[in-house]
Amino acid sequence: MLLEVENLRVSYGQIKALQGISFTVDEGEIITIIGANGAGKSTALRAISRMVPVEEGSRMTYRDQDLLSFAPDKVVSRLGISHVPEGRRLFGNLTVMENLILACFARKDRDRIPADLKRVFNLFPRLQERQEQKAGTLSGGEQQMLAIGRAFMSGRQMMLLDEPSMGLAPLLMLNVFEALKEINQQEGTSILLVEQNARLALKFAQRGYVLETGNLVLSGSSAELMNNPEIKKAYLGA
Amino acid sequence: MSLNFFMQNLINALQWGSFYALIALGYSMVYSILMLFNFAHGDIFMVGAYIGLGVALLLLKIVGTGTAALVPGWLVLVATILISMFLTAFVGIIVERVAYRPLRDAPRASAAITGLMVGIILETSNILFLGGQRLAFPQLIQSQTYNIGGIFITNKKIMIVIVSIALMTALHQFVTRTRWGMAMRAMAYDFVVVPLVGVPLNTIAVMTFAIGSALAAAAGILFGLAYPVLDPYMGVSFGWKAFVAAILGGRGSIMGACIAGFMLGFIEIMTVPGIQILNRLFSLNIGSNLRDLIAYSIVLVILVFRPHGLFGEPYSAKLRL
Ligand SMILES: Nc1ncnc2c1ncn2[C@@H]1O[C@H](COP(=O)(O)OP(=O)(O)OP(=O)(O)O)[C@@H](O)[C@H]1O
Ligand SMILES: [Mg+2]
Repeated sequence: MLLEVENLRVSYGQIKALQGISFTVDEGEIITIIGANGAGKSTALRAISRMVPVEEGSRMTYRDQDLLSFAPDKVVSRLGISHVPEGRRLFGNLTVMENLILACFARKDRDRIPADLKRVFNLFPRLQERQEQKAGTLSGGEQQMLAIGRAFMSGRQMMLLDEPSMGLAPLLMLNVFEALKEINQQEGTSILLVEQNARLALKFAQRGYVLETGNLVLSGSSAELMNNPEIKKAYLGA
Repeated sequence: MSLNFFMQNLINALQWGSFYALIALGYSMVYSILMLFNFAHGDIFMVGAYIGLGVALLLLKIVGTGTAALVPGWLVLVATILISMFLTAFVGIIVERVAYRPLRDAPRASAAITGLMVGIILETSNILFLGGQRLAFPQLIQSQTYNIGGIFITNKKIMIVIVSIALMTALHQFVTRTRWGMAMRAMAYDFVVVPLVGVPLNTIAVMTFAIGSALAAAAGILFGLAYPVLDPYMGVSFGWKAFVAAILGGRGSIMGACIAGFMLGFIEIMTVPGIQILNRLFSLNIGSNLRDLIAYSIVLVILVFRPHGLFGEPYSAKLRL
């Protein structure tokens, strides 16, 4: 198993955002966690990235290593788990190229960087055209491409994606998800995708989990979930 | 005001501006990358000056003075500056580690008063260990005054301005050309996300404190050369003024802090002849002791028109992921 999360609990003060969830991601898999606003999807990703403290009893294992013993930057640079955060959070004062290069800050395999850059530019030719442009002045879609590119440069064992579809026009959205699929297939990158757009997420992923106010209430293959009447009603609007 | 008189004051302003700018850089960098006012920074300037004094005395003891000296004074000066910058960097690193890092997630106000307390600790430690009396800074190089078309310039003033500008240029190159500098710029925009792309935030923070403190040490030694009396509270007023320069320069801007530092020096120095001219023109009787009042009222007016400072760069206002 690549990633094993067991009894993950996270609180923000009084608010119990995650109340003991367990899930797994296998090598090369695309997994999605779907859920409504405030269900705790982003919190789960933040916990894996070690950006929020977890409560006593939570366990996270990544390739048989205790994830909790890694600092946030080491999760990326040592374990190769990258994170495309909610709202993209690019460095708006840096150029497109600088955003991509900065993500390689702690990489040991520096000789692979040019090839990886080429890869990102192949996936998103728009970024190559706009190399020298400040990230803050990119369009929303371009920013999402850069956020994915930046994550790819920082670590490509596993990618955590927080609502990459947000604010994208349908066509662009397809583009982005095709690029993600290509990364998954050609690099073997495992993907954990968090989405409100359940239809899109289930089409893209092999398995899924449903998160409701801090608890995982359902799990199964995408096909199973898509055909589940409750899911249909609550998340697919059918 | 004659041109000569103006030029004379301009040179003094450049010298004062050098001190302000060098200290302001440390303030500005820490504020930019960690959203933190390091109010201990003025006292780090003081500590740097004292470390410089110690290093200079030690070096003079080793190489000898006067005609018996093994190496020329300027070489001792260069060595003093470099060694003291190095040593003072560690003072900054310790302050970051001990006082600020434990408060990284605390409210900003708590972190700010921590700085004030660290400053007081540094001042009183100085009194504790050195007795608090004013100490003379050794004059490592012979003073020389040149008369250039009626303007009197000392070699020290020229050196102070050149060394300062060289350090600022070096820092600018570092920040714009290296990946550590790139990480600093990224942190100035959004420090929360920096670890998320694999950049070790603490390393960058430590490095920033080290660089800022080293620059403050350089300022302290240059100040000691120009005004060879050190006292434990010398960092207080310099600290506040450099803080003003850092804010005036604008968040995230190295150039801004430098230019604002020089501007502050210029405004302060030029206020006195300005007052004299006003007095003469309108037969007023404004005392030149009102210098700071007037100078900082000007700064206030500038901030009213440019609330983000002269060169403030945009940043993400989000403080968490
Ligand atoms: N920093 C915080 N401080 C306090 N409460 C928080 C914080 N971050 C999130 N929460 C709360 O924790 C719960 C889960 O938030 P989270 O961001 O994980 O939800 P989400 O599933 O990603 O929602 P969305 O789809 O709207 O992004 C919410 O009730 C939210 O209000
Ligand atoms: Mg979310």
